Amino acid sequence: MSEHVLPKKLYFAVFLSLIVLTAITTGVAFIDLGPFNTVVALVIAVIKASLVVLFFMHLKYQTGMTRVVIVAALLWLAVLIGITMSDVFTRHWTEHGKAWQRGSVILPDRSTGSTALRLPGRA
Amino acid sequence: MSTVAVEVAPTLPEVHYLNADYGWRSWLFTTDHKRIAWLYLFAITGFFAVGGLMATLMRLNLIEPQGLLMEPASYNKLFTAHGLIMIFFFLAPSIPTVLGNFLIPIMIGARDVAFPKLNLLSWYIFMLAGSTFMFSVIRGGVDTGWTLYTPLSTTYANGHVLSAAVGIFISGFSSILTGLNFMVTIHKMRAPGMTWFRLPLFIWSLYATSVIFILAMPVIAITLALIALERVFHVGIFDPALGGDPILFQHLFWFFGHPEVYILILPSMGVVSELVAAGCRKRVFGYSFVAFSSVAIAAISFMVWGHHMFLTGQSVYAGFVFSALSFAVAIPSAIKVFNWTATMHKASVSYDAPMLYAIGFIGLFTIGGLTGLFLASLGEDVHLHDTYFVVAHFHYVMVGGAIMGYLGGLHLWWPKMTGKLYPEAWARFACLLVFAGFNLTFGPQFILGYLGMPRRYAVYPPEFQVLNVMSSAGASILAIGYFIPLVYFTWSAFKGPIAGPNPWGAKGLEWTIPSPPPTNNFEETPIVEEAYAYGHEEAHVG
Amino acid sequence: MADAHVTAVPVAHQFDDFEQQTNADTFGMWLFLATEVLFFGGLFCGYSLYRNLYFDAFTAGSHLLKVKYGAFYTVLLICSSLTMALGVRSAQLRRRTALTIYLILTWIMGFAFVYIKLRYEWYGDYLEGLAPAVNWAPSRESMEMINHFHAAVPHVALFFIFYFCMTGLHALHMIVGVGLLTTLLIFTRQGKVTGGNYNWVEIVGLYWHFVDIVWIFLFPLLYLIGGRYV
Repeated sequence: MSEHVLPKKLYFAVFLSLIVLTAITTGVAFIDLGPFNTVVALVIAVIKASLVVLFFMHLKYQTGMTRVVIVAALLWLAVLIGITMSDVFTRHWTEHGKAWQRGSVILPDRSTGSTALRLPGRA
Repeated sequence: MSTVAVEVAPTLPEVHYLNADYGWRSWLFTTDHKRIAWLYLFAITGFFAVGGLMATLMRLNLIEPQGLLMEPASYNKLFTAHGLIMIFFFLAPSIPTVLGNFLIPIMIGARDVAFPKLNLLSWYIFMLAGSTFMFSVIRGGVDTGWTLYTPLSTTYANGHVLSAAVGIFISGFSSILTGLNFMVTIHKMRAPGMTWFRLPLFIWSLYATSVIFILAMPVIAITLALIALERVFHVGIFDPALGGDPILFQHLFWFFGHPEVYILILPSMGVVSELVAAGCRKRVFGYSFVAFSSVAIAAISFMVWGHHMFLTGQSVYAGFVFSALSFAVAIPSAIKVFNWTATMHKASVSYDAPMLYAIGFIGLFTIGGLTGLFLASLGEDVHLHDTYFVVAHFHYVMVGGAIMGYLGGLHLWWPKMTGKLYPEAWARFACLLVFAGFNLTFGPQFILGYLGMPRRYAVYPPEFQVLNVMSSAGASILAIGYFIPLVYFTWSAFKGPIAGPNPWGAKGLEWTIPSPPPTNNFEETPIVEEAYAYGHEEAHVG
Repeated sequence: MADAHVTAVPVAHQFDDFEQQTNADTFGMWLFLATEVLFFGGLFCGYSLYRNLYFDAFTAGSHLLKVKYGAFYTVLLICSSLTMALGVRSAQLRRRTALTIYLILTWIMGFAFVYIKLRYEWYGDYLEGLAPAVNWAPSRESMEMINHFHAAVPHVALFFIFYFCMTGLHALHMIVGVGLLTTLLIFTRQGKVTGGNYNWVEIVGLYWHFVDIVWIFLFPLLYLIGGRYV
């Protein structure tokens, strides 16, 4: 089953697409799209990676189990980055977290019982 | 075992894997999975002895409120080394590399694992890791706690963090290679007819464990590399003074760290499934639920890590999610407990040592698991975080769970591994001793923690002394309970009565071949028709 | 599938037949790559966190890298992936000469990547004072760029830490890959590969393509942050 001899033409077609996509991703970087620069760059990277995985690595012709392995690895990577980011993105929703993000500490104000920000001097 | 008497006395096979070859080369360069299991058994028994000795010293120190034996600095190094040795060099490899290595190929009807040389390489990597780590302990050790939190480990700790981190880094690769080997073996080497739902539950749980090995170990490896980098160069990756985020370290660490505790308990759950089936002479109730719960535990275990970080500056909103997901992981764990109990319902339960260990496991794991829910609650954790409650909780799971399962498995399969029977009466006595000693050690620690005694201190207020002395007394009983099996196992390997292929009357491919098995396991590849085929003999007779 | 080749190959004792052996080997490599995803994943996680916290500093740091290097490596690695894929194809067809040529081409490109990366780019960064902890003294031009984006210098250092860690880990994998190719070339010369173990090429190929994919992500993530239109 490992015998999937693909036509050379296919390999060259994939190769050309990869080169063209590299050119596009480099070119787009010189155009101001605001935050979409990152999005475009990542989308193109995902397309390129998929091309490599599907054709150069023959995933298209592998058994379902191999696909499960790849999907699982990517899913776990998404969990690692996604949940970690969810912490970082929501920390500043509360006062303590916001202070932490600024590199400061909160000390309870004993006289009023409220918490007050104390910003240490930073180099 | 009364039926054995009427049959012809069992004899040892003439040639088996233990006598097929002689000399130290035949052991150190072996690629036979059964011999590699023995290599691991000797190695981890050594590590267990070292880690156990450290625990004993710690309990001895805590007899007096001011500390009986040592300075707080030595105590810090002791509990750090105890934790790291027990987790990375005893518990994580225990069941997978000893029982797993021995049994996986036999249970699925294969001649060996998929990559035998890689299997041996894993052992050498493991030994290299262990030596590197012990080197750091002998040079003076580490005092950061097993979690190696930054910036303590990267900036302030004076110990030998670097060599310890290198040791653990290397051990990660041993685990990855073992997990990879097991997964390929289970996927590609099953005998004809051994479908996924005819696999023994032990295989399911080790499969889930291997998934965790493969997906969690690389993260700790890269995290330790970052620790080393930060410690050597002080570049600020985890240093808030330079803009780094120490909580990032905790995220990365616990992304590995929480699945790691399931690496420790999942194999034990698999063993207990086998023990219960063999002890009740019955197919485990709800086979597919037990099988899938292993996979579910492995999957969910990766999404709960933040419950270790409720009080360390993590966003409370992330805390909500982690808390909820942590409660979710209790569901598959409970499914297992209920199914084992249901299996025992109306079964002719034997009370041989393996089954005693299984019953002990079920009780202790339930306590360990349920107290985990206390710690997964956001509010409750504020009170209990970093107290002895946590220590008691995870020892109930790790020692009461994982080690009980490991010992039970060793007893069940010892006749298969050696061809000899161990002395049953001594085994039951040791099991009861372990159970009693364990509860006396860690039961009082729940109360200590609830009263507010923090973990990781060499000294404590005098009012905690009674409970601490109880705990230390329990530890000494526990130590004797662990020592007795060492003696009678060694004795039985040489002088024990001959076991025969199936002393338990249990089902499964491993019981169809001679004990000890031949080097190639099976004369001819078996064809499997049913898993846990209990109850057929009675049906024929009736 | 040509039976003559299959019977000629020694099958390890634990396998029933050759097909089981090749399937197991290939599946093992895929699992290993899953491990690698998470291995790099730890760095990508840290990168994402700091990039979000200190986007200005990461933009400034990225502008201190040279896009031409990044783009050049990407093209180089894509070319090497093509030759590797064609090498796998030749191995499947048992064409020993073609396989040797493709492997040598891949080897040269892999070696060139590592050499240029370390000798020119890394060493250049080092000379410019952009290597944190080793030689961290951003030049006046670099400081202008950093100030332009209102970035804090320690945070730019953090960018460079991740730049060196991520490209360093990638370069380490390239070095291992070049070593694997060398071994493969020796085996090909001995006739072991075309004698039936053509699966070895497939396995090394999988690894090589994976390392290429990592770079496909590293290029935009390190060299193109915040665009280049300033």
